[in-house]
This record gives sequence, C-alpha cells and structure tokens, in this order.
Amino acid sequence: MLLIPCPWCGPRDEIEFHYGGQAHVAYPDDPAALSDEEWARYLFFRDNPKGPFAERWSHSAGCRRWFNVVRDTATNEIHAVYRIGEPRPVIA
Amino acid sequence: MTESSLDHPDRLWAAAEPKRSYDVVIVGGGGHGLATAYYLAKNHGITNVAVLERGWLAGGNMARNTTIIRSNYLWDESAGIYEHALKLWEGLEDDLGYPLLFSQRGVLNLAHSLQDVRDGVRRVHANRLNGVDAEWLGPEQVKEVCPIVDVSPDVRYPVLGATYQPRAGIAKHDYVAWGFARAAAAYGVDLIENCEVTGLDVRDGRVTGVRTTRGPIAAGRVALCAAGHSSVVAAMAGVALPLQSHPLQALVSELLEPVHPTVVMSNAVHVYVSQAHKGELVMGAGIDAPNSYRQRGAFHVIERQMSAALELFPIFARAHVLRTWGGVVDVTPDASPIVGLTGVDGLYVNCGWGTGGFKATPGVGWCYAHTIAHGEPHPLSAPFSLDRFTTGALVDEHGAAAVAH
Ligand SMILES: Cc1cc2nc3c(=O)[nH]c(=O)nc-3n(C[C@H](O)[C@H](O)[C@H](O)COP(=O)(O)OP(=O)(O)OC[C@H]3O[C@@H](n4cnc5c(N)ncnc54)[C@H](O)[C@@H]3O)c2cc1C
Ligand SMILES: [Zn+2]
Repeated sequence: MLLIPCPWCGPRDEIEFHYGGQAHVAYPDDPAALSDEEWARYLFFRDNPKGPFAERWSHSAGCRRWFNVVRDTATNEIHAVYRIGEPRPVIA
Repeated sequence: MTESSLDHPDRLWAAAEPKRSYDVVIVGGGGHGLATAYYLAKNHGITNVAVLERGWLAGGNMARNTTIIRSNYLWDESAGIYEHALKLWEGLEDDLGYPLLFSQRGVLNLAHSLQDVRDGVRRVHANRLNGVDAEWLGPEQVKEVCPIVDVSPDVRYPVLGATYQPRAGIAKHDYVAWGFARAAAAYGVDLIENCEVTGLDVRDGRVTGVRTTRGPIAAGRVALCAAGHSSVVAAMAGVALPLQSHPLQALVSELLEPVHPTVVMSNAVHVYVSQAHKGELVMGAGIDAPNSYRQRGAFHVIERQMSAALELFPIFARAHVLRTWGGVVDVTPDASPIVGLTGVDGLYVNCGWGTGGFKATPGVGWCYAHTIAHGEPHPLSAPFSLDRFTTGALVDEHGAAAVAH
C-alpha cells in the first residue's frame, strides 16, 4: 500500500485516496479545430512511462481535494507532491 | 528428473545463442510471443525466427494469470477472435503433443441487479448469434452447476441469474507456454532468454533490427509481444500506444478437497473464483488503480477480493490464503486488444490484452503470425487495429471484461 502525503492532511494510506491518472492534460482550446488524430490523442492517449510520472490523486476519504504527485512507476517512490495549479517540480 | 518417473524429458528446448540476423524477431517470450513463433513456423513456414525475452521464458503474465478461458464476449469482433482461440484450445493438446490440463468446466457470469440481468441476457443472445455456446440460468440452475454459490435471496447482492458458457474452462498456464516453446524450438525457432531489447533501429520508416543486452540483431520484421511493457518498447520506435500499465493481483488458498466444479465470475460483487487441479482456490478481481510497472500491488485490493469471495461463497470462511502475487497488465480504453501494423514498415504490435489475454493465446498467435507473414492484418484481428482510436470504431468490452479475465 502506498503512503501518500496529502499536501493538506499529511501522509495517509492509499486506501483513503482516489486515483486520477496523468496530470497536466489540458482540455483543447478549440476542440472543433482538432483533426481526428489530435482528438484521438487527447481522448485516448496518456503517457505510460516506466519512471517518474506526474499524476492526479484525490483525498476522497479525507479533505476531498485533488492534488498532483510525481511518482516513479518503476519503484513506486514518491518524489514530489504539489497543489493543483502549481507547475510540475523538476526532479533531479 | 528421469523420463520414466514423470514421463517428461529433461529438456524441452535448447537455449539458443543470438545470431546476427533473423527474418523475424519477436520481442517478449510470454505465451503470445511463443504462440506467434509456433504459428509462423507451422502455418507460414517462417522458421528463421528468434524470440527475445528479457527475463526467463514465460515468467511475466503468462506465469501469473489465473488461466480462465472463455469466448463469451459481447461484440462480433471479439466473438470472432476469442471463439477462434477456443476452437484452437479444443485441439491444442493434440496439435502440440503436450498435456495442457485443458479442462472445459464452464464459466458462470453472475447477475446481481436487473441491469446485470438485461446485460447478461443480451450477451447470451449475441453469443448465440455468433455461434458461441451460451445459456441463461436462473438462481436454482446456478446452484445446480455450482452448489457452493450462495443463491439465497436475503443477501446484500442476491444472485438473480447467470450467463453460462459450458465450453469455457481453465488450463495449466506453464504447460501451455512450455508446449508452444517446445514445438516452436522443434521447428528451429531460437528461444533466447536474458536478452532485453533496449532499442529498435528504424531507417527510412522501416525497422531494420533491435539492440539488446546481448548485442545488436538485424531483423527483417520485428513483432512486439511485450504485454505490460509494450509502451516502453514501442516508444523505442517512436510509436505511441493508448495503454496504461497497472498491477493486477491474484491469490490462492491452500490445497482443499474439490468443492468448486466450474469458474464463477461476478462483476458486481467483483471477484472470480475457480479451483485449480491441485486443489487451490484461485481468485482475482480488478487492477490496482495507480499505474505501475511493479509486479506487486496493495494488500487492500486482496482484502476486497476475499471479502467479495466470502459474500458469494460463505463456505470459504475458513480457507487460508497461501500466496498472493501480481503482474503488470497493459490496459486499453475499450478493454480490447491492439493487434496489427504500427506505421513503421516491418514493425508489428500485439498488446493491450490487459487482464484477459491468456485465453486468446493460440488465437492471437495464429492471427498475429498471419499478420507478420503477409504484412497485413488477419481478418479476425483486423478490427483490433491501432487506428480504431482515430476512426472511432472502438470495440467496447468493458461489460464482458470488467472483473472478467
Ligand atoms: C494476476 C493476473 C491474472 C490474469 N488472469 C487471466 C485469466 O484468468 N484469463 C486470461 O485470459 N488472462 C488473464 N490474465 C492476462 C494474461 O496473463 C495476459 O493478457 C497475457 O499473459 C499477455 O500475453 P503474454 O503471455 O505474452 O504476456 P507476458 O507473459 O507478460 O509476456 C510478455 C513478455 O515480454 C517480456 N518483455 C518485456 N519487455 C521486454 C524487452 N524490452 N525485451 C525483451 N522482452 C521483454 C516480458 O519479460 C514478458 O515475459 C491475467 C493476468 C494477471 C497478471
Ligand atoms: Zn487531504
């Protein structure tokens, strides 16, 4: 089980959280202008790295707020936790 | 081990050293890679083939799955490829000359709500139209097929009925891998372990070879079969795939007397259970939510599987967990696989089987080998092309695939 440090509540067990997948995926500015390929990219393609991954979590059984985490998918190590609206931290 | 004691040869195949070049290099020595190599040789006479495996042969999801085999998917496209696979399973022990403990003990997919009932009945009709054996059973008939399921009406999620596919069942996953490996090696296919592909060479839009931890290998064609690592390998040629890799866990109990004669799956209560030949209860459920390439998951997911199993089978209350484990599965947005061309000449992809690709092993090996041999999709795998995510022609099998494997 992951121990996830909520930026508001501190470290809590994974069981209190809901996963939200890749972070920083912006809704297209002008969806109607997209080609089919671009729309497919937006709808269906998400990064799937083996390594550091910026992802969203919601503390659904706690403060109920969404936030972002950089976690290494090869080790499950959490490198950074940051609030929605903040830029992705640079991981050394 | 002597041949007489277990009626089994000491070696099923000879470990091969990588040659400098092959007509076809298969990346990934799981069930799909091995079956593809076998049918390339058997159906198409292509034997200058290497299967490259970063670990040991069939040590990935092929070693970790819960071996459910069935073909009762909803859509025509899925029925086509899964039923093709099931028909091949029915002759596979003879074809490979190897015991697979293939046991057609049937599968029940339980319904616990009116919507489950509607979906189940619809699926039975769809299956029949596609020539897939399927029946709708009421609670009493469910009890006849599997007496230990609790069908009493006063539980939280009463069993309102079930779909039943009698020809479904289980097989011994390791034997399946070894059977394909032995037969492929007998055709002259090189099976190369401890050989991780670290790069794909692409020149002028055409794949020319692979780089590996055991040196570069030239290849006329390269066929990816890397399951949970497909995104990582495809990225080496700049190919993006709509996949997310997740741990999928399962567990077994200690050995018990035979109590469970079939396979029972429940999407709503969210568990599936069968009993292995040796006697362990084998159960599993859904993926761990976060993406991960770790072949392990969180214990709360196992706890939920067990509480779901107890809800359906109160008799399991005193069974003990012997072992839990996980594999990394490659999940697509529509719960259907991706099999076919990549946009890079000579580079083919087979992935996205997620939680349910064991049952497809012979079928996908057959269709993928055809695709590689002819440079164009086999008719049964054509609907599962990568470009369906652009055209919008998805094959949404979430209903038939949810807890189901
Ligand atoms: C717990 C669990 C339960 C399951 N239950 C069922 C079930 O009941 N029924 C069902 O139909 N399906 C089930 N599945 C799904 C099924 O196991 C998979 O869909 C199927 O095994 C995938 O095909 P494969 O056998 O080729 O995969 P794998 O055996 O995972 O083969 C892929 C291989 O590629 C290798 N590889 C990866 N990267 C590289 C590289 N760079 N270079 C060289 N080699 C590489 C890996 O080491 C691996 O051996 C289950 C899966 C899990 C994890
Ligand atoms: Zn919180």
